[in-house]
Amino acid sequence: MKLHAKIPDGPIEHKWRTWLDAHKLVGPRNRAGKNVIVIGTGLAGGAAAATLGAHGFKVKSFCFQDSPRRAHSIAAQGGINATKDFANEGDSTRRLFADTIKGGDFRSREANVWRLAELSENIIDQAVAQGVPFNREYGGQLATRSFGGVLVQRTFYSRGQTGQQLLLGAYQALEHQVAAGNVSVHSRHEMLDIVIVDGEARGVIVRDLVTGEIERHAAEAVVLASGGYTNVYYLSTNAMGSNVTATWRAHRHGALMANPCFTQIHPTCIPQSGEYQSKLTLMSESLRNDGRIWVPRKSGDDRRPADIPEPERLYFLEERYPAFGNLAPRDIASRAAKVVCDEGLGVGGTGRGVYLDFRDAIEQHGREVIQDRYQNLFEMYERITGENPYETPMMIYPAPHYAMGGLWVDYELQTTIPGLFAIGEANFSDHGANRLGASALMQALADGYFIAPHTVTNHMAAKRGEVSTSDSAFDAAQDDVESHIAALVDVGGSRSAQEFHREMGNVMLDKCGMARNAEGLNEALCKVREIKDEFWRDLRVDPGVEELNQSLEYANRVSDFLEMGELLCHDALRREESCGGHFREEYETEDGEALRDDENFAKVTAWQYQGEKGDPIPHDEQLDFEEVKLATRSYK
Amino acid sequence: MNFKLEIWRQFESGQDGAFETFEVSGIDPEASFLEMLDQLNERLSHEKRRTVAFDSDCREGICGSCSLVIDGNPHGPRQVTSCQTYMRDFIDGATIKVEPYRSTTLPVIRDLVTDRSALDRVIEAGGYISTTTGPQPDPNAMLVAPDVQEEVMDAAICIGCGACVAACPNGAAMLFTGAKVTHLNLLPQGQPERESRAISMVNQMDEEGFGGCTNYGECARVCPQEISLDVIGMLNREYRKATVKKKPKAPPKMLTQ
Repeated sequence: MKLHAKIPDGPIEHKWRTWLDAHKLVGPRNRAGKNVIVIGTGLAGGAAAATLGAHGFKVKSFCFQDSPRRAHSIAAQGGINATKDFANEGDSTRRLFADTIKGGDFRSREANVWRLAELSENIIDQAVAQGVPFNREYGGQLATRSFGGVLVQRTFYSRGQTGQQLLLGAYQALEHQVAAGNVSVHSRHEMLDIVIVDGEARGVIVRDLVTGEIERHAAEAVVLASGGYTNVYYLSTNAMGSNVTATWRAHRHGALMANPCFTQIHPTCIPQSGEYQSKLTLMSESLRNDGRIWVPRKSGDDRRPADIPEPERLYFLEERYPAFGNLAPRDIASRAAKVVCDEGLGVGGTGRGVYLDFRDAIEQHGREVIQDRYQNLFEMYERITGENPYETPMMIYPAPHYAMGGLWVDYELQTTIPGLFAIGEANFSDHGANRLGASALMQALADGYFIAPHTVTNHMAAKRGEVSTSDSAFDAAQDDVESHIAALVDVGGSRSAQEFHREMGNVMLDKCGMARNAEGLNEALCKVREIKDEFWRDLRVDPGVEELNQSLEYANRVSDFLEMGELLCHDALRREESCGGHFREEYETEDGEALRDDENFAKVTAWQYQGEKGDPIPHDEQLDFEEVKLATRSYK
Repeated sequence: MNFKLEIWRQFESGQDGAFETFEVSGIDPEASFLEMLDQLNERLSHEKRRTVAFDSDCREGICGSCSLVIDGNPHGPRQVTSCQTYMRDFIDGATIKVEPYRSTTLPVIRDLVTDRSALDRVIEAGGYISTTTGPQPDPNAMLVAPDVQEEVMDAAICIGCGACVAACPNGAAMLFTGAKVTHLNLLPQGQPERESRAISMVNQMDEEGFGGCTNYGECARVCPQEISLDVIGMLNREYRKATVKKKPKAPPKMLTQ
């Protein structure tokens, strides 16, 4: 299969304009006759549904949560990047573009990233117009701060709840369109399959999670904004319900899955405290602006952190990466923490923790300033751990956080199935092998507000026949869904889906987490298959499919994670290099840094599904770097 | 730690429910309340008994999904969300009563799961600024003093969990609605719809069957985001001003192309 990214010709700064000038339109009077389905109501999905609704299309929006306002974008804390250059540092589209390409370790597509940087300014304008309360300077202007991996202050924020405020902006825009009659929101509905007619995505099968009813919905286009798959690790910063089902079912129908091994392990999370734990909580990366990360130089040093004198502290990021120090990119900061803990210098009950210390910042700026910047984060930390970070350093450790990989999409964010689009974290396009802080919100909103509405319109402008939900393709898809559900219930074993999920997560984190090698990955492949077999032998799901059945919902999601986990290992095995979040122990420089192989791997690997027993087939998209020279990333 | 749990079991909306007693043992004090329920559900799976249904998603106190009533307190004993309530907050050996929200406007779907869509409909009635995606003015063209931004943010952080409704003896949603009206009506961008917003959101509250505020203050006592009763004062002022100034009428239909 030849992957055609459909990048417009011309200089990079004009590509998007060129595309916009030429794309096909649907006249205002014809829009109400065209249906579009959007799966997910996070930043990408909510923004796309609201925007398409405002254009006058008939939008059906689905989410598994009880309200669209609960999508997991809400948990993003730190901020959103934009090239406004309010700090007058000479920031520009080119700089944000270059930072993102470099931050992604040269594994993302230049044209997409440029467009992202270009649209970043519009997002801030849009959000402010919606009433998103970004922090302000004394004079009333918008405030900005700095974030990992960059040397300018381009991050806009609403205290430590930027994701919440941006999501509520999108949610309110969505409700506005619901009131206007353009959008219908179907909450507590989960997509279980897409329907393909004549090679194009023409609808979905969803399950009403309250009544258990299987429903059919037809449309001219389907947009997947269903988020990432990091819960493949079981313990992650994702929500309990975050799942891969929508994208995985699309993958099973032929949509290629790109770079699944690019997963991000976030450096600043609260360490795990016990086996029963169901999720890990992130502490915003913005804390690294003022907090200094260290461990005792001596292994097993059990003095209180405040009693350990300066010379006996190892500020490992500052020592190793003097230019960026505590603000080194996420992949680098995470691995550095893992390395010191592997050396036995870790702190806390499990030995898997490092200190994030605000002592010096409080001394320098005063407690009030620090309180102003991080109050809710400090409170959150205290609520969870029972310790006061004003007095004793926080303890943090990396945790799975974000999926850079996802469904392969072209420049129009269309997957390899015509009419099926993937936006936000669900696609692979912009972050390469590592995402920089404060750029997930930017990408989700750029896709949702400013890109997908146009590219989806372009698709819908073509003439195509009506599709009815009584089409045989809908029959077949519904049969598939119903037999899968029946199979889950029929196992009749004795273990909950959560047990299998936990078991699989442990394998994935251990063998396919922050450091990977061929032997471990092969082992993980075997183990995940074993767990999958066991799952289908001993799963217990509450009986009753025509009712609210949370154990069934969960088992269904885990059944897809088990398949996704295998693909992740395949991809990690094939990529014989280290780049960004993908660190293969066989490929490192002498001083332990990632060793990229640009000759063989400056490309995207997009996988084609080959049935449950077959091995997936990889397809490559070569990446060309014309604007930013391929260079070894150095934050020293 | 060991606990005796009295959990509300109800098969479906409209049916009768009853408390069922479970004993759990060997619980880590650092486990969250929901993780303790996870462990109970894992055990029920092993015993081939129906698991307890409850809502949760982010488990870090921001999505607003979790909605238990623990020992009579919406969310739990500590004015934080159920997911951020830890077993260390309870006495070893205690009997703990776990119920769903009790409010006719938020009916039970099953066990501890309730239907909170009425809150979405209150937002739909006017809890937004009518703008669509497209070119917007320079965001610094309308300055917002930091203290105003702070006041806005104190209200805008509402997570829409509905605990305020569950706690109110009148079943009022004034704290929820007041928080949104305060957020949007204090901002320069929210001025054009200031009056119509207050009127239509209040009307929608009435239509949904939420009660009125009689200053019990229970809502603010349980709010995990510590939203202040001031927002109810603001809502009352905004509503009164709007109704005195002009007759209540439906908000203007938004223009689509």
